[in-house]
Amino acid sequence: MSQKTLFDKIWDAHVVKSIEGGPDVLYIDCHFIHEVTSPQAFAGLDRRGITVARPKQTVATADHNVPTLNQHLPIKDMLSRFQVDTLTENCQKHGVELYGLDHPYQGIVHVIGPELGVTQPGMTIVCGDSHTSTHGAFGNIAFGIGTSEVEMVLATQCIMQGKPKRMRINIEGELEKGVVSKDIVLYVLSKITTSGATGHFIEFAGSAIRSLSMEARMTICNMSIEMGARGGLIAPDQTTFDYIQGREFAPQGAEFDTAVERWKKLYSDEDAVFDKEYIFDAADIEPMVTYGTNPGMGIKITENVPSLQSVEPESHVSFKKSLAYMDLQPEESLLDKEVNYVFIGSCTNSRIEDLRMVADIVRGQKKADNVHAFIVPGSKQVEKQAKEEGLDVIFEAAGFELRQAGCSACLGMNDDKIPKGEYCVSTSNRNFEGRQGPGARTILASPLTAAATAIRGKITDVRELLGVVRG
Amino acid sequence: MQKFNTIVSSFVPIAIEDIDTDQIIPARFLKATTREGFGNNLFRDWRYDNQNNPKPDFPLNQERYSGEILVGGKNFGCGSSREHAAWAIADYGFKVVVSSFFADIFKNNALNNGLLPVQVSDAFLQKLFAASNKDTTAKVRVDLIQQEIELVETGETETFDISAYKKECLVNGFDDIDYLLNSRAEIEAFEAMRI
Repeated sequence: MSQKTLFDKIWDAHVVKSIEGGPDVLYIDCHFIHEVTSPQAFAGLDRRGITVARPKQTVATADHNVPTLNQHLPIKDMLSRFQVDTLTENCQKHGVELYGLDHPYQGIVHVIGPELGVTQPGMTIVCGDSHTSTHGAFGNIAFGIGTSEVEMVLATQCIMQGKPKRMRINIEGELEKGVVSKDIVLYVLSKITTSGATGHFIEFAGSAIRSLSMEARMTICNMSIEMGARGGLIAPDQTTFDYIQGREFAPQGAEFDTAVERWKKLYSDEDAVFDKEYIFDAADIEPMVTYGTNPGMGIKITENVPSLQSVEPESHVSFKKSLAYMDLQPEESLLDKEVNYVFIGSCTNSRIEDLRMVADIVRGQKKADNVHAFIVPGSKQVEKQAKEEGLDVIFEAAGFELRQAGCSACLGMNDDKIPKGEYCVSTSNRNFEGRQGPGARTILASPLTAAATAIRGKITDVRELLGVVRG
Repeated sequence: MQKFNTIVSSFVPIAIEDIDTDQIIPARFLKATTREGFGNNLFRDWRYDNQNNPKPDFPLNQERYSGEILVGGKNFGCGSSREHAAWAIADYGFKVVVSSFFADIFKNNALNNGLLPVQVSDAFLQKLFAASNKDTTAKVRVDLIQQEIELVETGETETFDISAYKKECLVNGFDDIDYLLNSRAEIEAFEAMRI
């Protein structure tokens, strides 16, 4: 019997047909859409005179450009408002469920899918957003697509796609206190670079991954795109099933039990072959920060920015350009660097566990005077739960601003921008030039590191606040 | 979609690695609901300062560089899946992007818009940059049928990969949606089989 990877099992079960010398026609179980990458796709349907093929398998929300203050008022930015209104009109016309700004389920598309139980093991999921890889934490094939592909899926519930290669990344052992899943993914990125997994689909495995909660797993799969991968997934287990059980759109009762029996078969066979495989030791991972202008440019917080000599000669121009943008020097330490902005949010780290992590650090403390610290929950449901747990009171007492749900300063499409030249320690996923606003300098880190930095007003090793004694 | 065949043109070199789609088209320009006009903001923050003055050292602002071919450093198009990046490059007037490595989503997006991504070896890419350093009007010939790229002055060539299916689409101006719409019966049969 041939041995298959988890990825192959799911992919092969969704191939409608294979084109000789070309891609597969892949059936899509679930399609998420949002206001920014869908309007041109709907316009394409109109031009062809067709409607959405499977509206019941399509879920919409407004997240990318929406304000995070006063969401009950009309959007002030006319272009953003028009884009959101266009989404509303398109959804009404085509019978697609929309969780708009006025809906209690609104939020970042990759936060609401899992929290509503729409995201399930074994599925194929796409969205016109590269961080669709987040959903892979549940053991499914989820990947970001362009607008022409959004149009394909709206029109036919299928996509043309070449089958990627398979990669497995194993993280073995236990994480030190103060080290969390964001650090794992930034660590792996610093080892394999932003193109290390291009052309591949990653399976994350190993004892350190197994021990993570679903939300922590989502953080890792979320950033598999930053390694260049089409997506990343994790075999479902009891942690997965427990998370899904009881959620609104999850199978209920006997149907849930049947589904779990099916989901339990979703794993890579023992002798399945991967095109590439890595093993990392969890004990080697420390709190991570980035110093450059792509997410692969990361270091342990106790390490220095690399020297020019340690960089390949053909990369010198790009390396120097990157450090010039960040106003950093080779071999410099980032510890104790003054930072005036801290952003906690994005599809990477805006879930309730992330907010709890922050609350645990800032409880009874006050942010440094120089710091503007703001927290943008991933969804209205996360916001509601945070308030029910009293986290809002802790944040307010610490001088942190709790906003309303959206993508916010991760990409600065709304008013939430970091000013030119300022450093921002951010729990988001991309430190590209200008990502958080023209001239903004992004340092990616975990929610723990971000919280600790806000309290001290300078880049801080959270383990100091946690009283971790280091050997 | 426009049909693609052979192009002979000078090229614009941007010898930077890991050019992400946020640089190609920054997020604040993604608020349009049509596909047109993104070329004006192609590489906006590398091309213009914050007073909207062209930055003289950026190749797109230098008259000595022109042509229908853009040549970028390795890992071109990484990051966000925004197809607006491919639209911006095509809208500006480029028909081909050459690099030694492309991010997957960008490559698909380019192909879906008749913009041909040509992946060459690191060595060939460096030859292209060196050739344009010497002569900014150096020409490249890209032949899709033969899957061949040539540095015209020296006659050096390399072949590039493209799937037979995608090649046929580009040569004939077909798109994937036409193909999928014609496959509806098979898709419905697949759905029926899964229930």
